[in-house]
Amino acid sequence: MNWTLALPEIVLSVAGLGILLTGVLQKRDASTLCTMLTLGSFLITAVLVAQVPHGVAYNGLFVADSFAAFAKILILAGGALAAVLAIDYNEKQGITRFEYPVLMLFSSVGMMMMASASNLMTLYLGLELQSLPIYVLAAFARDDVRSSEAGLKYFVLSALASGLLLYGISMAYGFSGTMDLARLAQAVDNPAGVSTGLVVGIVFIISGLAFKLSAVPFHMWTPDVYEGAPTPVSAFMSTAPKVAPFVVLLRVLMTSFGHLLPQWQPIVVVVAVASMVLGSLAAIAQSNIKRLMAYSSIGHMGYAMVGLAAGTEAGVRGVLVYLTTYIFMSVGAFACIIAMRRRGRQVERIVDLAGLSRNDPGLALVLAVFMFSMAGIPPMAGFFGKLYVFLAAVQAQMWALAIIGVLTSVIGAYYYLRIVKVMYFDPPEEAFDPRPTTVSFVAYASGLFTAAFFLFPAPIVGAAESAAKALFG
Amino acid sequence: MNAAGFPVLSLLTFLPLLGAVVIMAVRGDEASIANNARWTALWTSFVVFGLSLLLWAKFDHAQPGFQFVESAPWLPEFGVGYKMGVDGISVLFVLLSTALTPLCILASWESVQTRVREYMLAFLVLETMMVGMFCALDFVLLDMFFEGVLLPMYLIIGVWGGPRRVYASIKFFIFTLAGSVLMLLALIAMWHYTGTTDIETLLGTRFPASMQTWLFLALFASFAVKMPMWPVHTWLPDAHVEAPTAGSVILAGVLLKMGGYGFLRFSVPMLPEASAHLAPLMFALGVIAVIYTSLVAFAQTDIKKLIAYSSVAHMGIVVIGIFTFNVQGISGALFQMLSHGVVSAALFLCVGVIYDRMHTREIALYGGLADRMPKYALVFMVFTMASIGLPGTAGFAGEFLVLMGAFQVNFWLAVLGSAGMVLGAVYMLYLYRRVVFGALTRADLKSILDLSPREVAVFAPLLVLTLWMGIYPSSFTSFFDASVGAMVQHHFAALSLPHATELAGNLP
Repeated sequence: MNWTLALPEIVLSVAGLGILLTGVLQKRDASTLCTMLTLGSFLITAVLVAQVPHGVAYNGLFVADSFAAFAKILILAGGALAAVLAIDYNEKQGITRFEYPVLMLFSSVGMMMMASASNLMTLYLGLELQSLPIYVLAAFARDDVRSSEAGLKYFVLSALASGLLLYGISMAYGFSGTMDLARLAQAVDNPAGVSTGLVVGIVFIISGLAFKLSAVPFHMWTPDVYEGAPTPVSAFMSTAPKVAPFVVLLRVLMTSFGHLLPQWQPIVVVVAVASMVLGSLAAIAQSNIKRLMAYSSIGHMGYAMVGLAAGTEAGVRGVLVYLTTYIFMSVGAFACIIAMRRRGRQVERIVDLAGLSRNDPGLALVLAVFMFSMAGIPPMAGFFGKLYVFLAAVQAQMWALAIIGVLTSVIGAYYYLRIVKVMYFDPPEEAFDPRPTTVSFVAYASGLFTAAFFLFPAPIVGAAESAAKALFG
Repeated sequence: MNAAGFPVLSLLTFLPLLGAVVIMAVRGDEASIANNARWTALWTSFVVFGLSLLLWAKFDHAQPGFQFVESAPWLPEFGVGYKMGVDGISVLFVLLSTALTPLCILASWESVQTRVREYMLAFLVLETMMVGMFCALDFVLLDMFFEGVLLPMYLIIGVWGGPRRVYASIKFFIFTLAGSVLMLLALIAMWHYTGTTDIETLLGTRFPASMQTWLFLALFASFAVKMPMWPVHTWLPDAHVEAPTAGSVILAGVLLKMGGYGFLRFSVPMLPEASAHLAPLMFALGVIAVIYTSLVAFAQTDIKKLIAYSSVAHMGIVVIGIFTFNVQGISGALFQMLSHGVVSAALFLCVGVIYDRMHTREIALYGGLADRMPKYALVFMVFTMASIGLPGTAGFAGEFLVLMGAFQVNFWLAVLGSAGMVLGAVYMLYLYRRVVFGALTRADLKSILDLSPREVAVFAPLLVLTLWMGIYPSSFTSFFDASVGAMVQHHFAALSLPHATELAGNLP
């Protein structure tokens, strides 16, 4: 048994326990120290992820391949950036606790497990390990009613989704006799002989994961939770916890149920179209920027699903490129939202951004970059994400899906433009408080990545390509 | 390969960005930043213009293919590269862009007083996008520049525009983006079919007939909005009216040409069958644009709106010319685009001159300017005549060639097209009479000043160009004669070939 394949997860878990112990034993407040240690362990884990050999371990429960490695690097990057955002925010909001980075760390361990899951049981355990810390994180500002509500809401609905997923897994197990993803693939290699029960199971599995992705029609929780949760938590939720369920969905649908493409493709298409349409239409009426970001993330998941719907290697590549561009622009946009602090109070209405380009040209510029990128305007990174998923859709002859996709992106451009309009065209409001360095760092680093992506797309696209190849093995 | 011996096109494209970086680095108080930004932008654009004259000098008129080609790997696994080059069709548009930018900066010297640094930045970025778009020889690269133009233009209209600037800028953005994303789909389809986005390869690819129609329609959506063609022209009057003068100049002078350029670069040579098949539709839309928008222009009370509608009418002539598929028609369309680029830009500058002084564009509030502003009246007259298409001015040769080309296709097409010239004369002369002639009645007009030396410096090159293009058009047509000839040959060769052959034509 080659247990070293899971070395990154093991190291990260042990580091998490160590950090927890450090936090408990420190007399004074240890949250900054714990965050730094968390970031350090993320870095070490990322290096390990890049180093570990590829293969299957733990009797087929765990797989390490370049697909999982790609996803894990993304998860760690998203988690690290979100952790940096929390340092100053938590202090100013008076919710500084050393458990915060530790919870984020364990959630990341769960996500990495999901990325490496080659068995439905590992998948489920990883998903639960991802979700449990997030319930706590969403309610982290426990004296704030909205935050408590967000935590509770997410917990109740997420528990329901977990139940759906578990039910789907049990159906899949019952009708095929195995939970191993590779053996499931063998069990269903003849689409004609597949029982209806298994297909129903797949539907439940898709539903459970779609909930975590906040894809329509399982999106209801997203705006409320994003709005209520502390902003760094929303930033975290919009990045890494979106990547992990997506890669699981890719792995399950493409490897195990690849032969059943005709059965699940219509479901994914409907979910993708509904997410794109709702994400672009519902965001128009929002006045709170965190809610707007929630609808925007619903829309983005729809676009990424276009690549999944294609059901091809090119589709997987498109999804991975899309997710890469997405987490950077999303975490960057949230960094800008965290910077919206006036006279010591966090503000989050869109009109609060009025005239930002006069008061703080740097922040306005990066937020504009993120908005244009999310709208898919070249030369920003978001354009390349859309390019690759639509390329996959066209290659799979899914013209209607591609056309709906590009048209909803035009509708979506309207509300992204509105933010640029508020920042650049409207008369300035009172300036924001000075930004902490950590927030500026995340905003500028993500902004640089988003704006300069076009200069060096080849390595990232190439990595996504080899990751997609690994999945199809 | 490269006649200049160094990557001149990349330099032309990205030099303005260097200026932009310098402007961003400027520190100091508001006034000195503004001053430095103005001078840096002016010098940068002058240097770029000077460099672009190299194209004028070194361009080989006899060769129909791409020249000054340079390429570098970008996404090699996907057949996407960084490739730049110009042929007879694009080279003059590059020169038009580099020539108009310094004039725009000069024209906004005094009229823009707020956020000068950002304004100059936006113009330099815009120049990069425009030049890059005309030089790009890779479809993905071209699309990036094509859509990238929207960003600075959106800000220019929205930040420095008139009272309804927010509405106009968002309308401009959404209309153009809707067209562009459909072009993106066409790009993806072509990419999928050929495995590359290299425009030279695409030009030699023969797409199946059924695919051609869809590709044509998708590209048409994009170019028709950009051009703009009736009935998707409605963003243009709004954008023009609200944009600052220099924004209108670039919009009319260069951005509208992107649509026509797209037709000539993609639709006609790559999709010959669909183009031939759908030419009647194009003619119909062109004729409607010419007649309908001319009538609409006649009814306008706002000078800028009138000129904006006249632009739509002129672009209708261009569409007719492109889809005649003969040398006269296409050459005429190209010439018309260039002359319109100069003349309409100059007309918007003319409006800008009196707007800067009186802060109104209502035709009714002017009259009798000839008394106080003789120099202005002369300049305005020359450009009015050029817009009408008076022989000896830039507007004549293009329209004449297009109508000659149209006559070979269909008699009535030529008749209806020439109706545009008559109507053009009606609304332009009517405009000129109401603004410049008559009695100087209004008190506030009595103290209006004539052109300042700076304004003379802006108009002088345009005036020279207008007369030069009118009196000796061959110095311009000779640039694209070879390319247009090859394109027409290629078009008919492709049509006559049986469809079994996968690859046809050997157009550059």
